[in-house]
Amino acid sequence: MSAMLETLVNQPYKHGFVTPIEEDVIPKGLSEGVIRVISKKKNEPEWMLEFRLNAYRHWLTMHEPCWANVRYPKIDFQEIIYYAAPKPKKKLSSMDEVDPELLRTFEKLGVPLHEQKALAGVAVDIVFDSVSVTTTYKKKLAELGIVFCSFSEAVQEHPELVKKYLGSVVPPTDNFFASLNSAVFTDGSFCYIPKGTKCPMDLSTYFRINTQDSGQFERTLIIAEEGASVSYLEGCTAPKFDTNQLHAAVVELIALDNAEIKYSTVQNWYAGDENGVGGIYNFVTKRGLCKGVNSKISWTQVETGSAITWKYPSCVLLGDNSIGEFYSVALTNHMQQADTGTKMTHIGKNTRSRIISKGISAGRANNSYRGQVKIGPRAQNARNYSQCDSMLLGSSCSANTFPYIDVQNNTGKVEHEASTSKIGEDQLFYFAQRGIGAEAAVSMIINGFCKDVFNQLPMEFAVEATKLLGLKLEGSVG
Amino acid sequence: MNNKNILLEVRNLSAEVAGIEILKGINLVVKVGEVHALMGPNGSGKSTFAKVLAGHIDYTVTGGEVLYQGKNLLEMAPEERSRAGVFLAFQYPIEIPGVSNSAFLRLAYNTLQAARGREELDPLEFDDFIREKIKLVEMDPSFLDRSVNQGFSGGEKKRNEIVQMAVLEPKLAVLDETDSGLDIDALKVVANGVNHLIRPDNAIILVTHYQRLLNYIVPDYVHVIEGGQIVKTGGKELALELEKRGYDWVRAEFDAARAAA
Ligand SMILES: Nc1ncnc2c1ncn2[C@@H]1O[C@H](COP(=O)(O)OP(=O)(O)OP(=O)(O)O)[C@@H](O)[C@H]1O
Ligand SMILES: [Mg+2]
Repeated sequence: MSAMLETLVNQPYKHGFVTPIEEDVIPKGLSEGVIRVISKKKNEPEWMLEFRLNAYRHWLTMHEPCWANVRYPKIDFQEIIYYAAPKPKKKLSSMDEVDPELLRTFEKLGVPLHEQKALAGVAVDIVFDSVSVTTTYKKKLAELGIVFCSFSEAVQEHPELVKKYLGSVVPPTDNFFASLNSAVFTDGSFCYIPKGTKCPMDLSTYFRINTQDSGQFERTLIIAEEGASVSYLEGCTAPKFDTNQLHAAVVELIALDNAEIKYSTVQNWYAGDENGVGGIYNFVTKRGLCKGVNSKISWTQVETGSAITWKYPSCVLLGDNSIGEFYSVALTNHMQQADTGTKMTHIGKNTRSRIISKGISAGRANNSYRGQVKIGPRAQNARNYSQCDSMLLGSSCSANTFPYIDVQNNTGKVEHEASTSKIGEDQLFYFAQRGIGAEAAVSMIINGFCKDVFNQLPMEFAVEATKLLGLKLEGSVG
Repeated sequence: MNNKNILLEVRNLSAEVAGIEILKGINLVVKVGEVHALMGPNGSGKSTFAKVLAGHIDYTVTGGEVLYQGKNLLEMAPEERSRAGVFLAFQYPIEIPGVSNSAFLRLAYNTLQAARGREELDPLEFDDFIREKIKLVEMDPSFLDRSVNQGFSGGEKKRNEIVQMAVLEPKLAVLDETDSGLDIDALKVVANGVNHLIRPDNAIILVTHYQRLLNYIVPDYVHVIEGGQIVKTGGKELALELEKRGYDWVRAEFDAARAAA
């Protein structure tokens, strides 16, 4: 069987094309000068430039973290392009003004941008390399007072909100990659859901890296006011290059009293080839603050791409009775490495968190779950339940679990369960004896393994995720 | 009897596992409409024979041939054998955590339907279909929502095997000790279910240690396998004799006959 499973994940990456489009690029390298140029190009107010420069100065004093269970050559930060934008950068007033080449790109990717053709009930913001190119359904949302726009636009149109919340969950000094992002981020999505409003459609951002050697540093900020709720989806792809590209995003979520934010990601950045050449370094900081009482933040991620994933979507449970959830499927194949998990920080009373992590490792890949559950001294009756399951396909891959538990209040209760399983030869034979081939069998077992996570995804995303795992595992058996 | 009625023909089949020769020249002819019982001491090669027929990759065929419906069975992939109507009820059914019994059964059924160019059933249609099928072995519908065999008792697993048989309606079913682990009532129920699945155009090989099962499912032939060979073949009365006398005398007779030859 191992021979069957060894070859498990060989489906060619179908998003690996480059769009021939003229781009406005700032030459490689990073300095205060480059940051000033970025800020100027974006016509930013002084406070925004200050935010960036402070972050940059702090970043210069920091060291790249090395505690994660991943290996890669040292990144030369002077070899990265920090700004690349499709020309023209003039503001688009309608979809008809979008470069047709771009529209075709997204059609190829299965993300139709014309509103009449758009995914039913999903508003989409598109970030292409460094800038947001378009946002759909903006008007309809505006009628409800919902702001859903590119980050750059938010800085211009809603500076008071951005100023108030930017960096309030992930401070610019938080960690090496978050500081770098704070200094150079170019665009991203901004959502604001006003008091008492339930966002009537899923909001979605689709990220695409197109330029070789460009980094993607996007920034997402989502604010749900008292009693508001929103479901947000994020998808990402990149062309195939034989060099590595850095993706260092920061996502901040803020949920006020009784608010709820559901954040789902299907990450399919280019993973590099089977020998580990090329692929995205996905070094991302995502954190949500349950600031208000009874608030809830739920992260769901399906991580299938990237050469390296270093990502811990976390929840700070400040408000009493607030709830944090993390549902994750991380699939690594060939030479991919993932060190991913979450941090649940319980500060308020009766706070609850739930962690469901499913790691699937194939080829020579390495997959680690790293999670921290912290129950602070004031967090009376806090509860956490964690379940971390790993599945190995073949015998050359590995899976690790690193749980950190810190309980400072003796009324707290933390439960942790972990398991490792393999798809056995006898299981595949059992399927085969019932007429089911190895590929369909593996896909069925994997989908069963991921069920608790897929159930959390909005329907369309769940279908996409299931297909994606199937594709990733195609050719890996038989 | 003409050749058209021959479903399975095993000629001088030998096979090894982990470098050890287990089957040492099996000969067997099974015609449609027949029930064959295969008996023999522990470790004699009964399950090995069953798994070789089903195509388990751990078992290497070292000699002989197997014709199924006139075709070389041994060169078919395990899933092709299944789709061609070869069914094995496992002595030790495998657990598949996370995969619901009904989803598994539906995939198996639809895969077979597709292979035969017939219509597949959607989940709702299949639900009606499977609820009928499980009545055959009086299985509780709650087992459909559970993961395949996971946490099933020994007897429940055996019942589940027969449900799968009922869904796939095989041409050649090899039931490997389906009776062991069943309580007295369950044995009757399951045997009755199997009897309902016997048709003039299919055949069954029953691997068993106990005559009891053969009271319910009456065999046309009883074979004794020992040391990887069929050492005696008789009618249903042979099982009764084995029950009384054990296996030693069969082996002794076989060796004597061979020495004489
Ligand atoms: N995978 C394997 N590795 C090593 N030995 C094996 C393997 N499978 C079977 N054998 C050996 O082959 C021999 C025949 O086993 P088999 O399971 O066919 O016996 P059986 O007749 O079905 O016995 P039982 O009545 O106990 O079920 C035994 O000695 C067994 O230990
Ligand atoms: Mg056996």
